[in-house]
Amino acid sequence: MDVIADNLDSYLGGIAVTLWLSVLSFLLAVAIGVVVATFRVSPLRLARTLGAVYVEVFFSLPLLVWALLFFFGLPKVGIAYPPFTSAVIVLGTFTGALVGEALRSGINTVPSGQGEAARAVGLRFWQVLGLVVLPQALRTMIGPLGSILLALVRNSAVAAIAMSVDDLMWRSDQLATSTAQPVAVLTGTFVAYLILTVPGTWLVNALARRYRFTR
Amino acid sequence: MRNPFTIASRLLVVVALALVAAACGSDGDDTSAGTAATSAAGATTTTAASEGSDESDASAGTGASAENEGEGPEVEPGSSVAAIRDKGKITIGVKYDVPLFGLKNPTTGDIEGFDIEIGKLITEAIFGDDTKVEFVEAVSKNREPFIQDGKVDLVISTYTINDARKEVVDFAGPYYIAGQDILVNADDDSIKSVDDLNGKKVCSVTGSTSLTNVQEMAPQADVSVVFDKYSLCVEALNDGRVQAVTTDNIILLGFVADSDGELKIVDNAFTEEPYGIGLKKGDTALRDFVNDVLEQSYADGSWKDAFDRTVGQSGQEAPTPPPVDRY
Repeated sequence: MDVIADNLDSYLGGIAVTLWLSVLSFLLAVAIGVVVATFRVSPLRLARTLGAVYVEVFFSLPLLVWALLFFFGLPKVGIAYPPFTSAVIVLGTFTGALVGEALRSGINTVPSGQGEAARAVGLRFWQVLGLVVLPQALRTMIGPLGSILLALVRNSAVAAIAMSVDDLMWRSDQLATSTAQPVAVLTGTFVAYLILTVPGTWLVNALARRYRFTR
Repeated sequence: MRNPFTIASRLLVVVALALVAAACGSDGDDTSAGTAATSAAGATTTTAASEGSDESDASAGTGASAENEGEGPEVEPGSSVAAIRDKGKITIGVKYDVPLFGLKNPTTGDIEGFDIEIGKLITEAIFGDDTKVEFVEAVSKNREPFIQDGKVDLVISTYTINDARKEVVDFAGPYYIAGQDILVNADDDSIKSVDDLNGKKVCSVTGSTSLTNVQEMAPQADVSVVFDKYSLCVEALNDGRVQAVTTDNIILLGFVADSDGELKIVDNAFTEEPYGIGLKKGDTALRDFVNDVLEQSYADGSWKDAFDRTVGQSGQEAPTPPPVDRY
């Protein structure tokens, strides 16, 4: 286990990059997810179709395939983002579908009476969604969104290796090869990911308990 | 009617068990349970290993160890080399994506190159038949683990001999000396030597000596873009993600040839890269045997033939083969 001790700064740096990558991607995913969910509950059929297509596409595409397509395929039509940016976009779009579906189910748990009452009072679609429905939906969504965030942290490993992003997984891959001790190094990586996810789970559960309500 | 969830979950358990049985069963012979489960689950068996061992059981008897071909080195009974002969085939790790040395032909599925030819020479010496070999892909970073775990008997994949690697594996050879060089876009004149790499983005491959060499000789070079295979590096160069790809000149030449004039090699080699044949650490019998085969091939011209058939196709003249290092 000296390998891990000798390279602690590499691990810590990697944890920081993975954390930053996950946070940025999650923010993008939430932004996309809100749009997708809105589209899927929209009275406009075109919007509903677009939302459904987006979800269908990303639910069928393995993350690795998407990462490789984006990173190696897009430059053929002239768009080449650097690795970190590419990773954020890939992870954000992929997870955005998950967030969108989770939000949609959250919206559906809000009793339709709420929406009807809001419209009766004269609020428009966007106001109904933003002022009445979403705030209630989000309070029940903390748990599922937390799970999605943690899934994203784990998925970041796949994206990083495919696109050569200097994060925890990539660094441990390099380290495992240069020291010829893959088992020791990857055990350290496993622990590092635990350090990232276990406090996250704890935090998410605490928040969910804090904000839950019963009808 | 039964609860559909119960039915589904029981079915899942059965399928899972079948897959596990298939995985266990296909490691050795084709047990009937193994094949039935395999076809039922639709999974493919691991390698052609099971088919190979069925075939060679018949021919292994004829290749009696007492027989000496008269040309190649003798196989000592009881040695690791004899063990390979008893197995019926030799497994060699090679590259699948390096032109001239180890390249898988996408239409025929055959693997072609100088490393493959050297592998066949060794196979011929052990079995008297150069088809008793199975080539598997060994990307740079997998070479040492594959040797250590016994997944392959030998690694012949543009494998540079150096002291760091000698701590975990042993080497026969060298059988060729290359030099590290730089691949750039044909219209890029700003990179003329390794020092010009400072401040530029350079791509190389995980676990290769090229990476560490550049980090030493051009500390300001940006080596953050690293992939598993050279072909991905060349993609990155074509896409403009990096300005250069660095590895052994002989590998780069293959990519230049495939690039239709888009890429060029700087032609200013800055290291010496002796290619060796990697094998298990401490296996002196195998190492001596392979060294004998190599020296034999230098003497009887088969090394030069192999070179001319593969690397020579790019216009390179066969150099004098390097003396093997029996350390």
